[in-house]
Amino acid sequence: MAFLLPKNGPDISIVLSGEAGQGINTLETLLTHVAKLSGYHVFSTKEYMSRVRGGSNSTSIRISPERVYAAVDRIDLLIPLTAASAERIKTRVTADTLIIAEGKCVSEALSRSSGGFIEIPFTKTAKELGKSIYSNQVILGLVAKLLAFDMDILEEKLTTAFATKGEEVVNSNIRAARTGYDLGSALISEEKVLPTIKKASGNHSKVTEEILLNGAEAVSLGAIAGGLDFIAAYPMSPSTGVLTFLSKHAEEFGIVAEQCEDEIAGINMALGAWYAGSRALASTSGGGFVLMEEGVSLAAMIETPVVIHIAQRPGPATGLPTRTEQGDLELALYSGHGEFPRIILAPGSLAEAFYLTQKAFNLADKYQSPVFILTDQYLVDTVTNTPAFDTDALQVERHIVETEADYKRYTVTDSGLSPRGIPGYGRGLVMVDSDEHDEEGRITEDMNVRTTMVDKRLRKLDLIKEDIVEPTLIGNKDAGTVLIAWGSTLGVVREALTRINTKQILFVHLSQPYPLHKEVLALVNGADKLLVIEGNATGQLARLIKLETAREADALILKYNGLQFTVEEVVRRIGEAL
Amino acid sequence: MKKTCFDIEGMETAWCPGCGDHGILNAIKTSFDNLAIKPGNLVMVSGIGQAAKIPQYFKTNYFNGLHGRALPPAVAIKASNPELTVVAESGDGDMYGEGGNHFIHTIRRNPDITNIVHNNMVYGLTKGQASPTSQRGFVTPVQVSGVMSEPFNPIAVAIALDASFVARAFIGDQERTSEIIEAAITHKGYALVDIFQPCPSFNKINTYKWFRENTYYLEDSFNNSEKLAAMEKALQTDKLPLGIFYKNEKPTFAENSSTKTPGYKKTVDFNRLNKVISSLR
Repeated sequence: MAFLLPKNGPDISIVLSGEAGQGINTLETLLTHVAKLSGYHVFSTKEYMSRVRGGSNSTSIRISPERVYAAVDRIDLLIPLTAASAERIKTRVTADTLIIAEGKCVSEALSRSSGGFIEIPFTKTAKELGKSIYSNQVILGLVAKLLAFDMDILEEKLTTAFATKGEEVVNSNIRAARTGYDLGSALISEEKVLPTIKKASGNHSKVTEEILLNGAEAVSLGAIAGGLDFIAAYPMSPSTGVLTFLSKHAEEFGIVAEQCEDEIAGINMALGAWYAGSRALASTSGGGFVLMEEGVSLAAMIETPVVIHIAQRPGPATGLPTRTEQGDLELALYSGHGEFPRIILAPGSLAEAFYLTQKAFNLADKYQSPVFILTDQYLVDTVTNTPAFDTDALQVERHIVETEADYKRYTVTDSGLSPRGIPGYGRGLVMVDSDEHDEEGRITEDMNVRTTMVDKRLRKLDLIKEDIVEPTLIGNKDAGTVLIAWGSTLGVVREALTRINTKQILFVHLSQPYPLHKEVLALVNGADKLLVIEGNATGQLARLIKLETAREADALILKYNGLQFTVEEVVRRIGEAL
Repeated sequence: MKKTCFDIEGMETAWCPGCGDHGILNAIKTSFDNLAIKPGNLVMVSGIGQAAKIPQYFKTNYFNGLHGRALPPAVAIKASNPELTVVAESGDGDMYGEGGNHFIHTIRRNPDITNIVHNNMVYGLTKGQASPTSQRGFVTPVQVSGVMSEPFNPIAVAIALDASFVARAFIGDQERTSEIIEAAITHKGYALVDIFQPCPSFNKINTYKWFRENTYYLEDSFNNSEKLAAMEKALQTDKLPLGIFYKNEKPTFAENSSTKTPGYKKTVDFNRLNKVISSLR
């Protein structure tokens, strides 16, 4: 037997490609779970077309004995289910890539550019087993054998996955997987050159105890932990997963989940809910968020908290509906007419997506201001294992007061924060008005009151600035070169820097791009060289940094073709920028 | 008019003399008073416009939001705390124009709220342009050759959407208007009360006299549980019927939702959350 270990790391990178509707998502779910249950770390990302059937989609799955944080370009094992989908990603195929597929899915040229092509008639095999749809399970079984996964784990997973469809379906799927497993055994005994991975070492049980989920689920769970009572949202890729997950669990957690007529209704409902004492989430993507902007402005004026999740995708307009970009930082930062404080969070990992979304609700409640959570298609669709979220230290910190008879909603205070009452709790009345208003909440056109109220609202920013999420620093503080990233690029930069292995760079990752943390301002000012990496075309964070520090970035590492950064790409581009 | 607990002493409104809004304010106060509603237990939700200023003239909780957007927060306020009485009130431009989409879908949801619409067939605060309910031929500084679009028929639209309570009133008759509002508030489910009101400043056509001559009350014998009969009345335009067109009690938004506890009294069930998290292993 001659095994080929992937050249660039301990992990294997498997890519499944095909049309929408061919079951790649199911295959991804099963394979990632089986890998995790076998003690391996997994990291899976997908890129897909905006269509329900046909087209060319691909899912890239990394399986590794060590934790993996990001997507790579490299393909060790490519399994295309259609020829078109294989052609679409052919630039990623190298002499280190093994292709396993049906003959019709691989062109001669593609086969030549690869390190080897093993033809297996998956559909024919599946048909012999009863139905062509079992071909995915044949693939699953084959991959499981190549990676030396235990057939028992595979059977257990298939049993639970298809349990609701009845015993016959379960057995047929297991039979198909076993057939694939045997095909794998045959390949191994034929002494083919096959990819495999190092055995998962001592941390086996630790990994199996971890949870496996995607970014949309992490945001949703964070919202539940944050005390969510109400979500009204309009479906929009790539944010829909949050609405779906929360709707599924609405009854269990006493959440009102409503699909609203438009995003305008969504945010206005969220504000009504917060006003009445609930905690609500508005969730959308950039194009839906622009409809919410008047609501952001209303939130600021009536000082009613609100949490807004924007799963970013490339614009302008409809743009690339199912692709990724970090293009809406400035949209969130400057959204809504008028001048008022806000908070912008941007989780860098699934764990941060959970903990920061939970925190967002407490921040909104505390500062009576809009709080944004900026994710993107890459983050919400990423599937990876992570330590089970620890809820022990989490609290729903409510800042609601029981009102006295003489209660005034907008009492002017030194901090700018007026104690927030809600209707029906206490003896007072709670009056909120989108017009400029006096302390009681009634319309005013008194210019002195206007100035007082603007100042009162803006004073909250001083408080917010003392309560910023700490940046993640990796590297030596005296490194000289400071590399800044925000949001979903945390993992890819971290892994790229591990590969580069230099002492020259201090990596600063912001999970709160606004307001900027004091330490970030100091590090930027002290940097010999400032690099900023962002998934957009103009360097929006770099512009914000310049605005706050007058320091211009020496180099921008940008990407805006609709795909996420990969590890190899970041390694190369940091090298070019240094 | 007798004093109520909703009165604000020395209050001055921003409305013109002779405006129908004054009568509507009195009629609603009377209804609230008759129903013994407490100011602390009531939330008035409004948008923007002259009619939408009405909560300013009440001693009660209010949410004076954005133009066209009274209904979405009203739905959420009621869902967040079902113990509150929620009234969403604005003008015809706000509810049927800017907020038209919310009007349609709020009816479909059937929240237990009352939706009062001041319908004077003209824009007041922006000074005299056509509203969605302006009649054909109505000349304004913008519609210089007269309105060419078909007037919006809120009663017919609401019945078509199977709204659970649909009524029209005319503020020239405060007493009957008050009775209709009371019926709407006590009705369980979404209740629309479209109130004809003259605008003496910008609508010289649809005056008190015009409304008196062009409206009549539905006969006592009229069966408002029959949808087709209600629709027939709603489509009548030679003379405009007043009264309760249609009633159809059905499950409300809150009854269909999973939660009945006011949001602020709820706690997160972390044990259950931990189970969901564990299930992702």
